[in-house]
Amino acid sequence: MSSPILKLIAQRVALGIVLLLAVSVLIFAGTQILPGDVAQAILGQSATPESLANLREQLGLNDPAYIRYFRWLGGVLTGDLGTAMSSGQDIATSIKDRLWNTLFLAFWAAIVAVPLAIILGLIAVRYRNGWVDKLISGLALASTSFPEFFIGYVLVYFFAVKWQIFPGISTVYDGMPFGERMQAIALPATALTLVVLAHMMRMTRAAILNVMQSAYVETAELKGLSAFNVIRRHAFPNAIAPIINVVMLNLAYLIVGVVVVEVIFVYPGMGQYLVDHVTKRDVPVVQAVGLIFAAVYISLNIIADIGAIVANPRLRHPK
Amino acid sequence: MAESKANPGLLLDIRNLRIEATVFPPGEPPKNIVLVHDVSLTLQKGKVLGLIGESGAGKSTIGLSSMGYGRGGVRITGGEVILNGRDILKGGKDGFRKLRGREVCYVAQSAAAAFNPAHKLMDQVVEATLLHGTATRAEAEKRAVALFKKLSLPNPETIGERFPHQVSGGQLQRVMTAMALCSEPDLIVFDEPTTALDVTTQIDVLAAIKDAIRDTHVAALYITHDLAVVAQVSDEIMVLRHGRLVEWGGTRQIIKEPRQEYTNALVSVHEIEHAEQKPGTTPFLSVKNVTAAYGRSHIKVLKNVSVDIYPGQTLAVVGESGSGKSTLARAITGLLPPEEGTVTFDGRPLANRLADRPKEDLRQLQMIYQMADVAMNPRQTVGTIIGRPLEFYFGIRGRERDKRVAELLDKIEMGKGFSDRYPAELSGGQKQRVCIARSLAAKPKLIICDEVTSALDPLVAHGILKLLLELQKEETVAYLFITHDLATVKSIADSIAVMYRGEVVRYGPKSKVLSPPFDDYTDLLLSSVPEMEIGWLEKAIKGRRMASAGN
Repeated sequence: MSSPILKLIAQRVALGIVLLLAVSVLIFAGTQILPGDVAQAILGQSATPESLANLREQLGLNDPAYIRYFRWLGGVLTGDLGTAMSSGQDIATSIKDRLWNTLFLAFWAAIVAVPLAIILGLIAVRYRNGWVDKLISGLALASTSFPEFFIGYVLVYFFAVKWQIFPGISTVYDGMPFGERMQAIALPATALTLVVLAHMMRMTRAAILNVMQSAYVETAELKGLSAFNVIRRHAFPNAIAPIINVVMLNLAYLIVGVVVVEVIFVYPGMGQYLVDHVTKRDVPVVQAVGLIFAAVYISLNIIADIGAIVANPRLRHPK
Repeated sequence: MAESKANPGLLLDIRNLRIEATVFPPGEPPKNIVLVHDVSLTLQKGKVLGLIGESGAGKSTIGLSSMGYGRGGVRITGGEVILNGRDILKGGKDGFRKLRGREVCYVAQSAAAAFNPAHKLMDQVVEATLLHGTATRAEAEKRAVALFKKLSLPNPETIGERFPHQVSGGQLQRVMTAMALCSEPDLIVFDEPTTALDVTTQIDVLAAIKDAIRDTHVAALYITHDLAVVAQVSDEIMVLRHGRLVEWGGTRQIIKEPRQEYTNALVSVHEIEHAEQKPGTTPFLSVKNVTAAYGRSHIKVLKNVSVDIYPGQTLAVVGESGSGKSTLARAITGLLPPEEGTVTFDGRPLANRLADRPKEDLRQLQMIYQMADVAMNPRQTVGTIIGRPLEFYFGIRGRERDKRVAELLDKIEMGKGFSDRYPAELSGGQKQRVCIARSLAAKPKLIICDEVTSALDPLVAHGILKLLLELQKEETVAYLFITHDLATVKSIADSIAVMYRGEVVRYGPKSKVLSPPFDDYTDLLLSSVPEMEIGWLEKAIKGRRMASAGN
């Protein structure tokens, strides 16, 4: 590791933090624009002008917006995400379990999807424009084109209802044995894999094909390397940067975009939590979840940037 | 098999080789073209055959056929390629893979592009040897280090630990030669291995390749468009044109007694008679003490440069890459505002920055570039391209403009019919002519020519130089001619500035600059220009006073 690389990485991280702060402002401002306020939501039908005023005073809602923003931000930074209005529970505690559930699901979906997508991409390049390539591309595109809920229900119909291999409802709880937990998430993880596979596969294929035009690929062919080794040893390492990028984008999707799949399988993750509380107009929860999603998205993109920087030999080994 | 018994020294025997490709011309159905028409050649073990011709002659295509390889959609459709007694075309894909990197190795034109940027040099050098299992890793690396030494690379023990971008172009070319030799092949195909190098670096690489070939007794096909270069390394030379054999003979016979007219044209291509004009009394453009750098860098690319240009004359700026030649042009045109010094035009200083210059000043200075095809908008017709300066500077439009365009096309010896063509439909030489016409359309006092003939075949370049000289007489336009090719300088310049590491090391009228006594750098530069003379290389290496930058 040398100083130009560290400098570039530090720049990316700093930029990410600034971006995250900007997003927090947007989220805060967005929830302020929504009609009604927290006091009204808490009191609901029983609100009288006096009780409303009292509660507003109590919650500090009469302070100017920027003071409330900094109070909220200060809380977030110290791990205090506030209290859910609908249930009165501490948001941080309830999110902790659910975030872990979401990450667990995303992790296993990624473990299957990323290597599978890259290997399929490599195979598609090896047999480019042949029937293998067309078959892979066709199937991958088809699986992406179907909406997630459709794939979800098809999986439920066959695997849960007809053949009864996996449960149709992915209930998980604390202290659940690992094996059972894996069985519970099998269907949602499969649905997610099918959704993100094609994008990563197509990008891997395109990035490698781009590199295949290079003179050094010809050099490798003229050394007598087999077609697959040419791709694996000489083309792939130079196509890593764009591949990391698309992989990270899809990982982010696995975490922040799983709402529909979680709802279908009644999986107790972040997505379902968010949907529940949006319907209840629980502003503090929506803010907290929004911020966490933004943080996940931004960090994964920073990782992609750093990966691309580190993958570049010119930066890793300066003259 | 019978052949190899009959002639035990025979390594490669190509018979009636026919190579075709499918082209897809825009707006027409795909069609088959024949790239190589029934060419035959033989190569004895340990001998070097030079393949020479202009681009499109089929040299590389024939060279690669010895490895069963066709670039792009190129197909070998006829003939036999007999290597070590067997027809490799019958071996199929597996057969090709076994011989590539083992029996036949390849050295590409641009080693900088041919090395994988992601891997260390050593890993790439020994890759083929390990793949074919002819040595263990330790043995192969030992062999590689010995080859690095033989090719006089600096730090032979550790250079393999470096990545391609950490090594200079001339050194990379030698590492690539070591890579080809590492698996101890019977044949190496050298595909223009020194063309992309500076003239002073070329001579070192050439000498290193020649020594390596002699000491390892490997046979070689040496492909180049430069007859003087191939004369230094080859035992025999084969001249090709449009995929057909023109002439094949011993090196001495080809360069001293060519039998074909085309070969003769190649041999005598560089000679243009150009009488030097004496500098006039007042230069119209003077560059005074210009210093320039890119960005906020402390490295000055130009250091205190002063030159004068006289009306209707040519100042040639020579030097190797990185010497600041093109930067000088950028400083004059205002693309790179100088940090110090001034450029005066007709007695008044020009604004430093391009954006601050009035249209009239822009009109007086025009440029022509090395890459004619990227200097033109591919979606505009030749007429639009040449007509644009007429509209922009003079406001000439409509029929009047078309008339001027036709006159300009006439001047560059292209017919009126070209007006409706697109750049993609033109040859390299024609494209450069259109660029010349475009710069002339502005009726400038000075045209800056940046390596305008470097990307062209010798005969085409010759035509462009003649055209430039004629146009100079007719239009009394001055040229600032940037080049690394001394032969070009001799045929076109009135005065010469030799640049080295951002400084002008020698400057004056052509006759004075090119006659002794020389400073060390000019001596190196002049002595590095290959001459069509057997044994020139050894003489030149022995007679040098200064090592070139890449060594």
